[in-house]
Amino acid sequence: MENQFFVDSEYLTPEALAKKHRLETDPSFRRNHMEYLPKMEIIESDVCANVMAQMNSYDYSKYTAADVKAALEHDNCTIEDFKALLSPAAEPFLEQMAQRARLETGKHFGNTVYLFTPLYIANYCENYCVYCGFNCYNHIKRMKLSMEQIEKEMKVIADSGMEEILILTGESRGQSNVEYIGEACKLARKYFRMVGLEIYPVNTDEYRYLHECGADYVTVFQETYDTEKYEQLHLLGHKRVWPYRFDAQERALRGGMRGVAFSALLGLADFRKDALASALHVYYLQRKYPHAEMSLSCPRLRPIINNDKINPLDVHEKQLCQVLCAYRIFLPYVGITVSSRESAEFRNGIVKIAATKVSAGVSTGIGDHESKYSGKETDEIQGDEQFEIDDSRSLDKMYEDISEEGLQPVLNDYLYV
Amino acid sequence: MNNDKLIIAGHEFNSRFILGSGKYSMKLIEAAVKDAGAEIITLAVRRANTREQESILDYIPEGITLLPNTSGARNAEEAVRIARLARELGCGNFIKIEIMRDSKYLLPDNQETIKATEILAKEGFVVMPYMYPDLNVARDLVNAGAASVMPLASPIGSNKGLATKEFIQILVDEIDLPIIVDAGIGRPSQACEAMEMGAAAIMANTALATAGDLPMMASAFKNAIEAGRKAYLAGLGRVLTRGASASDPLTGFLRD
Repeated sequence: MENQFFVDSEYLTPEALAKKHRLETDPSFRRNHMEYLPKMEIIESDVCANVMAQMNSYDYSKYTAADVKAALEHDNCTIEDFKALLSPAAEPFLEQMAQRARLETGKHFGNTVYLFTPLYIANYCENYCVYCGFNCYNHIKRMKLSMEQIEKEMKVIADSGMEEILILTGESRGQSNVEYIGEACKLARKYFRMVGLEIYPVNTDEYRYLHECGADYVTVFQETYDTEKYEQLHLLGHKRVWPYRFDAQERALRGGMRGVAFSALLGLADFRKDALASALHVYYLQRKYPHAEMSLSCPRLRPIINNDKINPLDVHEKQLCQVLCAYRIFLPYVGITVSSRESAEFRNGIVKIAATKVSAGVSTGIGDHESKYSGKETDEIQGDEQFEIDDSRSLDKMYEDISEEGLQPVLNDYLYV
Repeated sequence: MNNDKLIIAGHEFNSRFILGSGKYSMKLIEAAVKDAGAEIITLAVRRANTREQESILDYIPEGITLLPNTSGARNAEEAVRIARLARELGCGNFIKIEIMRDSKYLLPDNQETIKATEILAKEGFVVMPYMYPDLNVARDLVNAGAASVMPLASPIGSNKGLATKEFIQILVDEIDLPIIVDAGIGRPSQACEAMEMGAAAIMANTALATAGDLPMMASAFKNAIEAGRKAYLAGLGRVLTRGASASDPLTGFLRD
């Protein structure tokens, strides 16, 4: 079973439709995804080669129950141990893995769970990524918030008690340029203790500028580390350039950001290989930049507007849990974020095992916080969502639920210095 | 025993257990302080810097000395800024310097710690630097104006106990300031052992945070620390490390 991603909107012109179809069916019509575009900075780094060598040689079918048991007995989890923990042979050991993961999480994070919320400020996008609700051929309500609108949204969110915000945009330099995002960061510094960014990858000097504007964390999802699969899923736009995206975190750290976050979108390709590559991306960068704070997410594919059939295929909750436990055992010091794509039950369970950060009061739409938070009807235009969320708990509810699990919800553990 | 006080920069404390607060629920802080008999509690400035309704400061019982720390600082300059912020937040004059350039093991950067100690001591802070146990660095910290020296027993959160035992002993023997063992103490028995060696106090956080019953573990640490202190004062260290005196003198054959 594969996902059927292609959906034709009736609003597309015949020319646009023809181009879309040709992109979908004719690989020779698509740009070389491994080639940088003009103005994309190229940095010297061996991280990518290290990650890809490990991933390409990873044959998870060769690992046995004995390898998994040995991995669980070792004090320090090696790359080989991690490969065993990600393999199908580890599935029967899920409970033992969870026990070990919980121990490691406790050692490094105690009982704390951090809370944050995303704020989408624009959903214009220049890319055709076939699984994403924001893709340029998908007919959705597009919107870009003005600074006044952004401030209004931030006030609503800050009033709910939230202290950490993650600012997101669709990937369009044309509609949401770096200065626009920088101004949003400056505003966010007024209302929040911590400001993170999840935007299109930029050059080092631009990351430095955004850092000076108040952002200190950069999240870039690689989506998949399988370059061939990536080529088939990202058919048009800047995002199609795979290596520029891969080096984004390293450029962000060179630009002065305190921390960076990583992820593959599970369900796009072979999830075991993608999980291996995501964690090794963290591992090798941490060795090179030991001061940096690192975190991993583990999103699975979700339905989008105009395509409610999209699903994460073979990555069921058990597999997701296995990946998260393996991450925790291999990288006990990294933050692990679990988003509202997952159900409340799953998130309640996983914060006791491996996750250290969850979102609350989430909207992936544009300019709709007031109506979503207060239930107030509004005449104002709102932009459509990137994907459907599952867990829609408010901050108060999330705070209460986490406390009831005997954990400590934390709204801020950060200083901009 | 009653006159046996922990003295840090002229401030006297009866308890030799410094409690961390970073990894467990605020609601447990009060119980932990009580059952640990603690008089000093650490507090990450970055955590206190919150708009949260229930600020961590509200949970610190009266009469407890706050020891804010500079966690999150990656160099001396950042530590100094965080220390000044702690003062502005009303956390008092004590400051525990934590400077880490390593997010994996959270090992302290000794060089930067010396720099920050010098600046903050001159500004009137009671400076308690967290450090990797190195005698030369400890001496530099004394000269820089530190009020105590806080060597790590093993990596933070590792619960591995006194991995640096020999080097902590050297600091105890050679440094005139209180040596407070910080980080890596996972069990009351390890805390007891450090106190037997002559450590002036113990700081623990994760060991309590991850216990099933936090207040009970706090009380277990309290007893262990007191036991270790008594053993030290009673002269156990001399018996164990320098050997008991033989009943027949080894030098009895020597003539006048």
